Parts: sequence; C-alpha cells; structure tokens
Amino acid sequence: MARKTYLQALNDAMRQEMERDPSVFILGEDVGKFGGCFGVTQGLFDQFGERRVRDTPISESAIVGAAAGAASAGLRPIAELMFVDFIGVAMDQLFNQAAKMRFMFGGKAKVPMVLRMPQGAGVNAAAQHSQSLEAWFMHIPGIKVCIPSTPADAKGLLVSAIRDDNPVVFLEHKLLYGIEGEVDDDLYEIPLGSGRVVREGSDVTIVATALMVHRALEAAEILAKDGISVEIVDPRTLVPLDKECILTSGRKTHALVVVQEAVKTAGAGAEIAAMVAEEAIEYLDAPIVRLGAPFCPVPFSPPLEQAYMPSVDKIVEAVRNQR
Amino acid sequence: MMQTDKTVLLDMFRTMNKIRFFESEVQKFFAAGQIPGFVHLYLGEEAVATGVCAALGKSDMITSTHRGHGHCLAKGGDLNLMMAEIFGRLDGYCKGKGGSMHIADFNIGILGANGIVGGGGPLSVGAALSCQYKGNKDVAVCFFGDGASNQGTTQESLNLASAWKLPLVFVNENNGYAISLAQRKAMAVTDIADRAAAYDMPGVVVDGNDVLAVYEAAQQAVERAREGQGPSLIECKTYRWRGHFEGDACVYRSEEELAEWKAKDPIPRFARQLVDREVATQAELDAITNEVAEAVAAAVRFAEQSPYPSEEHLVEDVYA
Repeated sequence: MARKTYLQALNDAMRQEMERDPSVFILGEDVGKFGGCFGVTQGLFDQFGERRVRDTPISESAIVGAAAGAASAGLRPIAELMFVDFIGVAMDQLFNQAAKMRFMFGGKAKVPMVLRMPQGAGVNAAAQHSQSLEAWFMHIPGIKVCIPSTPADAKGLLVSAIRDDNPVVFLEHKLLYGIEGEVDDDLYEIPLGSGRVVREGSDVTIVATALMVHRALEAAEILAKDGISVEIVDPRTLVPLDKECILTSGRKTHALVVVQEAVKTAGAGAEIAAMVAEEAIEYLDAPIVRLGAPFCPVPFSPPLEQAYMPSVDKIVEAVRNQR
Repeated sequence: MMQTDKTVLLDMFRTMNKIRFFESEVQKFFAAGQIPGFVHLYLGEEAVATGVCAALGKSDMITSTHRGHGHCLAKGGDLNLMMAEIFGRLDGYCKGKGGSMHIADFNIGILGANGIVGGGGPLSVGAALSCQYKGNKDVAVCFFGDGASNQGTTQESLNLASAWKLPLVFVNENNGYAISLAQRKAMAVTDIADRAAAYDMPGVVVDGNDVLAVYEAAQQAVERAREGQGPSLIECKTYRWRGHFEGDACVYRSEEELAEWKAKDPIPRFARQLVDREVATQAELDAITNEVAEAVAAAVRFAEQSPYPSEEHLVEDVYA
C-alpha cells in the first residue's frame, strides 16, 4: 500500500498490465513523450517505446476504429481521447462498430479494448471540454462503462477493463486526477459491476459517481450534525450496474437521492431512480430526488460554472427538503 | 496470365461464378419475399473481390461494405452459412442476428461487412496494425466504394496507414454511383486513385471488370505491404448491374449505360481469355459453372431448412 494520486493509480495500472501482457498497447493524441493531455501516460513511452505507446494524428475516428480493429484481431488496445467531448467525431466507430460486432456477428467477435476519456467540469474549459457524457454510453448495448471516484477504484477498475473482452469506456474525472488515496502496489482487479458503500448510514441513501461521491461525503458530514445519517453508494460502473448494492441500501434507509454532475435530463441518475422505483418503491418513505446539472451547456465563466455543477450545499439542501 | 498457375486461374473463375449465382439467387428469393430486410447485390462487380482475394492468404484480413457478399465469398466464406444468414436463420454465420450487411468469419480473416459507409476504414487500420505489431507478415485489405471515399473516416484511415507504414491495401470499388449520386457530382477528381498522392502512397487505376488486371495490381500492393513498404490504393472502375439496393428504380441512370456495362461482363470476358489462351477448355469451364450452380442451389436448400432463431437467442451475444 502507498499513497498515490488517481492519476498515478491509472498510470500504474497501465504500466503493470503492459509489463504483464505484451498484447496491451496505448494509442492516442500526445500520449507518447508528451505523456498525455493530463499526464496520465507519463513515463510509459520511455519504458515501452513507440511500438506500444503510439502517438496518433488528430483523427479520433481512426483512433477508436483502429483500437476496435486491432482488438478484434487479437490485441488489447487502450485508446485515449483527450476529452470525452471529442467522442462526437468518433462515435460511429464506438457505437456502431466496436459495440455491435459481437452481437451482429453472432457471438464470434471479441473486442477487448479500453477507451479512456477524461470528463467533467470545474476547470473552466467551457462547453466543448467539460461535459459528463456517461449516459450516452450506457444507452448502447455492447459497451461497459466505468466511472471511478478514488485512486484505488481507478486502478482496480482499469485493470479489469483492460482484461475484459468487451469494449470498455473508462471515464476519468479531470478534477480527481490530483486526489490521493491508499493504493495497493500489486495488480488487483475490481470486478466490473460491483458497487461500493462508501459511507454507511441509516436515514438516506445517496447514489453518486465520480466527483459527486466526494461532494456527497462532504454533505454527509454536514447532515450528520443535523442528526441525519447518510449512506453513500458509488456504483463505480454504470454498465454493468450493481443494482443489488443500490437496492440493498435503499431498502435499509427508505430514502434515495441520486446525484450526478451530468445534465439531469435523461441521465444515469434517471436510470438509477427508475430502477429503484420499479424494484423497491414499497420500501421508500419519500419521493426519489435527482440532482444534476441544469439543461444547458457547461458555461465558461467561473461563477457560472460553479452554479452549473451540483454543489455540497445543493446536496445538503436536497436531503433536508426530502424529509 | 501465362505465369499464373492454372489452379489459381480456375479458382478465380469458380469464385466469380459463385458470386454470380449466389447473388442471382438472392435477387430471386428477395423478390419472392423470402429474404427479409434489404440487400445490396454485387452483380457485375465480381472481378474486383475475386482478383483481390486471389492475392491473399487465409490469415490475411479484409473489412467489407454493405455490398459485401462478393468479398466474403471471394475470401472463402461458406455458401451455406452465408445464405442461411441472409435468410435470417439460426444456422447462418451470425445466427441470423446480422443479416446481409453483417457477415463475418474471423477464422478466415473476414472482419465483417459493414452497414455504415466508410465504417470499415478505421477497423482495417487496426487490423493492419495488429499484423505489424505481431510481425507476422499478414496484411489487411479495406474494400470501400466511391461513396465511402468521401467520408472523413476513409481519409483518416489513408493518412494513418501511411504515417505508420501499415501493411494495408485500400481497394476502391468505383461503381460510379453513391446510391443515386454520380461520381462526377460528388467529387472534382476523375480518379479516386489520385487521392493516394495526398498520402504519399501508390495509387493505381485498374479496369475493375478485368479480373487479371485486378489480380496483378493486388499482388503488387500485397507484396509491397508484406515487405513493410506500407499501404497502397487500388481503384477498380466497375459498375453495379442492379440498383443500390433491390427495389431501387434506378431513375438516376440510363438503360443504355447499363447495357454498355453489361457488354463488359467480367465473367464471359475471363472465360474467353482462358479458352483462347488454352488454359482450359470450354467443357472444363462448363463443369465448374455447373458445380457452382449446384452448390448455390444446395445453399438455398440449407437456408430454407434452417430454423429461425428463437426468442431465447435474443439477448445472447451482447457481451463476451
């Protein structure tokens, strides 16, 4: 165990997997000597060379499609897009090609690729570099979706993603790259589809992902002073979704608040809220509350961006109002 | 031609006929309402897939298109499994889940037909990258149409393949029309092969109705790729006899134009060459034709006898 940042944990996962498995390689824009837009691949080029850490031209369709083609031909590519927002120009290669090959071809294809993409607001990067798009990927059968919130989860989920035989979209939050936590030095897997109870409580369940897990934890401290005991569940992967982890918590606390950074409309939180309503509504003592961004693009100006993102105060208020 | 082994030449003749009979049967059974969905036939373009795939080995890989039956057959695809798939049956290549536009056989390097125009380019880059990465001397071929040549994905793929010197052969099947849009209205260049210059790779134009010309160009490009000299672009000028899809009224082209191209039918043309140069007798060719016709008829029976997939198969195969 050692204290590592989320970024170092991701870097370790890739390095150790590449040491273990020669079919794993990295491709993307500026992932080589430059070390990646946010520095996640730093040092890997020096260790593995340009054959396995491949700088690409600014051609996102070719990056995603080359990863899918190489994966279907037996390699295990890790592709990086600089920002999740750039998936728009490459979406066909992900959702029509990589995601559907196995089904369309009657179960013959295996597409073991990982597509790493930073997402999230909070760095004043404006509308085309700040979105949270996890719901897009959840809607397409054939893709798995990871959205880690801690360094330890980031490493274990990325190892599992690399070893998985399906296309895995791996969403990293930009504001989390610098956070620290205890991370095992050895390789370990966190099974995709296993949620985690981040904090135990008895009065209300908050389901949150990525940055929102940390804001929910802060909110829980404030609410504890009011005598409200908050349980926090981080599903860690949205596809597959650990329904039982969420339902077990909801049945215990009898109240559910779902927090996401993405636009609230048609988001991951809507899916989670609907799932709980379908499967455990009789356990709930209050209407389910969803928190998310308003239905507008991510703004640039710092005060506007702060207003856009669900804050600790908004989470506290939502829990209080629910009661 | 004299240098090419007789077996190879007769295999090419067999493949062209296989495609011709196969597509003719698909046309017939689609018209009769026995094939669901929609189909894009390869009739008239047989020399392209045949000439290219004759230059490939089993472990070489191809990406195909919505008009993919010919590519799959030429790469060695199984008649029965293909026909059953197109009929939507359980015994088809993809258990009936893919249909005409999504046939794949990874054991013989068919990485899949594709319903998205220009969709195969980036995948072929990945396939070629896997060959280079493994250092196994295999190559990949990307079949794409004149329509796909205007997709950004195709241009990205040409560029990346060239930048990385990948063992990849881009085979453009220029049949003159992107659905209804004539090539001259879609691009300023006359020869799509000219675009190869932009990526510093060889670009050649061949008569796509001359199987030997296609074969020769493919051999050169494949050899170049195997030797690590990078990708090439071959433009095969050809014509589709049928519409974009079965049921297309073809209001955008004339009967005269179709007749001109039918006169350039690649199959009798190749047969004449084989007989004139005494590679084979007409009787030998007839025997091949009959044998193929029987095999295709048997494939139709196989397809008709295969059951439809049942609901229990519906959500299988989404994930590995």
